[in-house]
Amino acid sequence: MEDLGEIVGEFLMESHENLDQIDRDLVELEQDPNSRDLISRIFRAIHTIKGTSGFLAFGRLEKLAHAGESLLSKLRDGVMPVTPTTITTLLATIDGVRSILASIEETQAEGDVDIETIIAQVNAQMNAGEEAPPAAEAPAAEAAEAPQPLEEMPARPAPEPVENQRKPIGEILVETGAAQAQDVGSALAQQIEGDERKLGTILLDEGKAQPAAVNEALQAQAPKRSIADSAIRVDVDLLDTLLNMVGELVLARNQLVRGVMETGDATLVRSAQRLGMITSELQEGIMKTRMQPIEHIWSKLPRVVRDLSNGLGKQVQLVMQGKETELDRSLLEAVKDPLTHLVRNAVDHGIEDPDQRVAAGKGPEGTLTLRAYHEGGHVAVEVADDGAGLNVERIAQKAVENGLLRPDQIPNMDRRDIMAMVFQPGFSTAAKVTNVSGRGVGMDVVKTNIESIGGAVSVDSTPGEGTVWRLTIPLTLAIIQALTVDCGEQRYVVPQVAVLELVFIDGQSTKIEYASGAPVYRLRGKLLPLVRLDRALGLDVGADEGVYIMVLQADGRRFGLVVDRVLNTEEVVVKALNSRFKDIGLYAGATILGDGKVGLILDVSSLARRSHLTADAERQNMEASSRAGKGAGSGERLLVTAVGERRVAIPLDTVTRLEEFPRNRIEHAGSREVVQYRGQILPLVRLSHLLGAYGEEPEGDNVSVVVYSEGARSVALVVDRIVDIAENSTTARRDAEEDGLVGTAVIQQRVTELLDVRRAILAADPNFYTDLENDELLVEA
Amino acid sequence: MASRQFATFEVAGQLFGVEVHTVQEVLSYSEYTPVPLAPPAIGGLFNLRGQVIAAVDLRVQLGMARKALEGQVMNVILRGDGEPVSLVVDRIGEVVDLDDDTFEPPPDTLSGPTRELVVGTFKLDGRLMLALDVNQAVDTQRATT
Repeated sequence: MEDLGEIVGEFLMESHENLDQIDRDLVELEQDPNSRDLISRIFRAIHTIKGTSGFLAFGRLEKLAHAGESLLSKLRDGVMPVTPTTITTLLATIDGVRSILASIEETQAEGDVDIETIIAQVNAQMNAGEEAPPAAEAPAAEAAEAPQPLEEMPARPAPEPVENQRKPIGEILVETGAAQAQDVGSALAQQIEGDERKLGTILLDEGKAQPAAVNEALQAQAPKRSIADSAIRVDVDLLDTLLNMVGELVLARNQLVRGVMETGDATLVRSAQRLGMITSELQEGIMKTRMQPIEHIWSKLPRVVRDLSNGLGKQVQLVMQGKETELDRSLLEAVKDPLTHLVRNAVDHGIEDPDQRVAAGKGPEGTLTLRAYHEGGHVAVEVADDGAGLNVERIAQKAVENGLLRPDQIPNMDRRDIMAMVFQPGFSTAAKVTNVSGRGVGMDVVKTNIESIGGAVSVDSTPGEGTVWRLTIPLTLAIIQALTVDCGEQRYVVPQVAVLELVFIDGQSTKIEYASGAPVYRLRGKLLPLVRLDRALGLDVGADEGVYIMVLQADGRRFGLVVDRVLNTEEVVVKALNSRFKDIGLYAGATILGDGKVGLILDVSSLARRSHLTADAERQNMEASSRAGKGAGSGERLLVTAVGERRVAIPLDTVTRLEEFPRNRIEHAGSREVVQYRGQILPLVRLSHLLGAYGEEPEGDNVSVVVYSEGARSVALVVDRIVDIAENSTTARRDAEEDGLVGTAVIQQRVTELLDVRRAILAADPNFYTDLENDELLVEA
Repeated sequence: MASRQFATFEVAGQLFGVEVHTVQEVLSYSEYTPVPLAPPAIGGLFNLRGQVIAAVDLRVQLGMARKALEGQVMNVILRGDGEPVSLVVDRIGEVVDLDDDTFEPPPDTLSGPTRELVVGTFKLDGRLMLALDVNQAVDTQRATT
């Protein structure tokens, strides 16, 4: 009985695989109705299911599979043409088989899946096919006669073989037209009379069949055996365990190699090197077992697209590019549902009805493109349609209705930012709710799912041309190549995929420069924004000389990470960090270093984000797109404030927060104004004083301030009013003539002064850029 | 009379205890990797046979200054929820069998962060042992005032 359980399990697994293949083949067959190869393949697959279900005494399943097989044989013999209706019927049959299999899996019994309706449908198809035969071509008519004796096959003289789980080879040969029924009959008769040769051999010996045809029939008869010979199924848990163990082995090897190198014993070193090589190969092998082409999860999509587009009366062509792109299977699993959702959504909402498309001057058939490719240590998966595109105005309007955005925010928002609102929970712009989408569940789930595996999802759309949904999936495999670096007294790990190059800063020929307080480096003539790792980690900030810049690439943007020392490259095993460290966001994980200590793996993208770099990247994108669009120059985002009669703009990415304080909370420390803020003493500087803009003191109980922070230090710039956030897209610009300003520009048709932020900060806190303790400042003040 | 087994340890002169079944092991360790920007109660990370363990500084959790992680430091490694987590303590005590009748709720005069971590008091010979709420003790997101 236990054996049977195992056999059933194997049967289920194999049948599921077969069914997926049949699905794909059927959809393909619809496109290419004359492909005999496809029909034969489908036929063989369903035949296997039928045979095994008979052997396992799943009567209903056998009956259903038989019905499908009969219909298929008509198609194969050319008695009936392949039409969308027959494909639909066959797909329904496959679905029936699937439900029975699901029921078997769950309850060990076939359950009460309604197969009669399906069988009736199949029969109706077959009868219809016979009543109205296809435009009678001579060969088709000929073939129509051939299957007739087949229907009477059970009456042939050959006795049913004992192992009835396999279809007799003779039957297969006759069905495929490789042998004549009477030849098979006589060969069987010979066998009964005592001929010990196999049936195929008899036929071959007598020249009644072609060797190739017999081989094919044998394969059709026992596909199980041929698969079993070349592949085995392995439990995924076992692979996971193996992977973990290999991870540990890599660590042990690293430690051993290090120790052995120190001893200098030549024999030992050789053994260690050999161990190293074997470990690497083993590791590679294990990793490979976990990699699967993305085709694996794409294979179900043609069916999804077909069913959905038929149901909606749309014409959609599915194009797949890069299906051989490999991903770790656990990631593949996690991407499956979000991807399916995106595809359904694209068919439902992205691609228009045929008449709408024609009206828009496009072909009636829409194209849905799935694209997968490697990109800088990530795998990108795109779902692109050539539909109407996202309606940005509508999304904005909806976001306002749902209270996600304020109307006044909209004009200043980037188009992509507005589009990204569709990832908010409960957001749907679908005019009508269908059973597919439009219920406002989904996109947020897609986002959550992808983010939970450390990926990202974005959308871009061009009105009238289509929408591209893009999933960026990390290759977070358990072992990565990494660079170890020193910062302060600690060692950190940077994934090597992000590293473009290393630059040593000697302070003479290479040096760090500052642009309004922001460190930059001239890399081959272009300014590279820098992030000091010590500052980002809130540690003591070190010198600008004798340090290294790691040129890193993250989220499509380059930046330099300043570290004290770069040590070496190592393969490290990524260990997940406890959730209590997730909020910090700077660490991608931890690892055990060669010396046995724990090292933190830096999250390069979040370092970039933390340093306002992504904002820059978006700005650049925007610049690029607007340049491409109108040729108009576009610049940085500015916070426009009112100071007396003047308008003063502050680069937005230098601003940490906007606050309001009650006027009576301002206290005096020496000659300076300060305010207590989050347990700190925050020095204030009034821009009106700094810029000599003595106007009327604004009324009201509160003062508006712009808080600027770096590390643990903050200063507040007091303005009269926050006016707006604007883009410096103007070309009319003059350099500064006045102290405290870097220049003047026309923003929103008004002359606006650009604040010298560094100067203003120093006015508030002369020691801001030197690293004094807060309490020392107090003493001084 | 029901009795429970407690693993005891000292922090800043006070005897604390956790139920034995919550403890995976006790060991001293000297190499800790600090985690910049982590909650203050995180003393650091260390490598326990290939596993990365977070060491929670019980002093910080109790509202005291951080313990300097220098030299050998005692860790009480708790099984935790899903993954082990360590409590950094001053000294390890014995495993004691305690009858439930020696138990009393925490005294009303006990206040501050300690009050939130303690489920009750056991009266031992000559001294008091505070029984820790294990989940609270390792919760580093708690606002430490």
